[in-house]
Amino acid sequence: MSTEASNNSTLAPHSEVEPSLVLDSVSCERGERLLVADLSLHLVAGQGVRIEGPNGSGKTTLLRVLAGLSQQYSGTVHWCGKDIRQSRSSLAEDTLYIGHLAGVKALLSPLENLSWWASLHISSGDAVSKAKLLAALSQVGLERFANTPCHQLSAGQQRRIALARLYLSEHRLWILDEPFTAIDATGVELLEHRIAEHLKKGNMAIVTTHQAMQIDGFTRCPLTSASSEEEAS
Amino acid sequence: MSSNKPQAEAALFVAFNALLIRDLHVYFRSRGTWLNPLVFVLMVITLFTLGIGPDPSALSNHASGIIWVVALLGIMLSLDALFRADFDDGSLEQLLLSPQPLYLAVLAKVLAHWFITGLPIVLASPLYSLMLGIPADVIPVLALGLLVGSGILSFIGAIGASLTVSLRSGGLLIALLTLPLYVPAIIFGSQFVQSAIEGWPLMPTFSMLLGLLIGAIVLAPIAIIGGLRLSQDT
Repeated sequence: MSTEASNNSTLAPHSEVEPSLVLDSVSCERGERLLVADLSLHLVAGQGVRIEGPNGSGKTTLLRVLAGLSQQYSGTVHWCGKDIRQSRSSLAEDTLYIGHLAGVKALLSPLENLSWWASLHISSGDAVSKAKLLAALSQVGLERFANTPCHQLSAGQQRRIALARLYLSEHRLWILDEPFTAIDATGVELLEHRIAEHLKKGNMAIVTTHQAMQIDGFTRCPLTSASSEEEAS
Repeated sequence: MSSNKPQAEAALFVAFNALLIRDLHVYFRSRGTWLNPLVFVLMVITLFTLGIGPDPSALSNHASGIIWVVALLGIMLSLDALFRADFDDGSLEQLLLSPQPLYLAVLAKVLAHWFITGLPIVLASPLYSLMLGIPADVIPVLALGLLVGSGILSFIGAIGASLTVSLRSGGLLIALLTLPLYVPAIIFGSQFVQSAIEGWPLMPTFSMLLGLLIGAIVLAPIAIIGGLRLSQDT
């Protein structure tokens, strides 16, 4: 496991190993309900996919499976040719996941929160410099609040702390669950721009959102059939 | 690849430090977490002295058992909070998804928690030893035993905390899950103090305590990681 991990980090973010995410008849259950049924999907470099579906159709469940958080699924998911059940570490090194929960500690400042995250997820060998963290925070408009405790910030601002990770990240796969929640119109525009930039570099993104999104290179993946069939039976 | 190994090790060190320091920051900013267990221990010991009565010999006969059980309860009650805040705000997801080894992350979290709960209880031990009439020359032995013992209690209790983190109220369930596992620590812990009072050799029980601590440090994180992963599937 350790040799595999160190091998991966020697490679540049865009290595000869062509990144790919392949889902083969993935099904997820929640309780007794079948949420995602027999989903197959092939994602290649520079491509994004938008998972669509009404509330409760299993978008979050699917994203948690793809991020490696949830093991309750059938079928297989391969990241760069490796089954994610077997090689959790290679998926973890390449993936940035932002879920419904921001992962922001209310008692800490945005700067402290971001620096904690960076030390866990940006494995460069030493701590990410303060200037870089501040630059990421200013990208999301939080430079003035860098040292304010997060519980004094609004919901949208706390969300922006989580999104500031996108400006530090060189992960090849972004998994974003409702990233635009509580974000204002200009913020959404900047975010779309950032995601488009990410795809242009040959990376991938999986996004769920109920808002309209204008980014080139995104395919749509509706998640409706599974739950409605299940309800009918 | 060989040039890459020190870098990976440095990243490990950075991640471990960041976790430890962040947790300590959070704890120090919420005073309740580190003051409450200590106050709890002091109050329960006070109640014992009132309940048993003023007879010094009756008190000191049971002192070692009382101290160990109360310290155990104090640490166990505080453990409910160990992973809960991280679970609620999503930090736990980010932690579990980190490419850094979870073993070290768990070690850092339990260590930070021990610093603010176990250590104050150890440092205050001279105070409540005197309240229970323990002879002054036994107090260093008692403190040493608690120093090792509180570590065992923290690591074992953290298993219960990781298993119950996804439940709304895990407090009592933690107790039911982990109390049986505390039995060896309690036996050797109070035996250690008793040996000092009676003038028996200390090394045998102390080596048992140390062995339990090493076992807990090595094995408990594996169970804790399993519990935390399970919490994401519910």
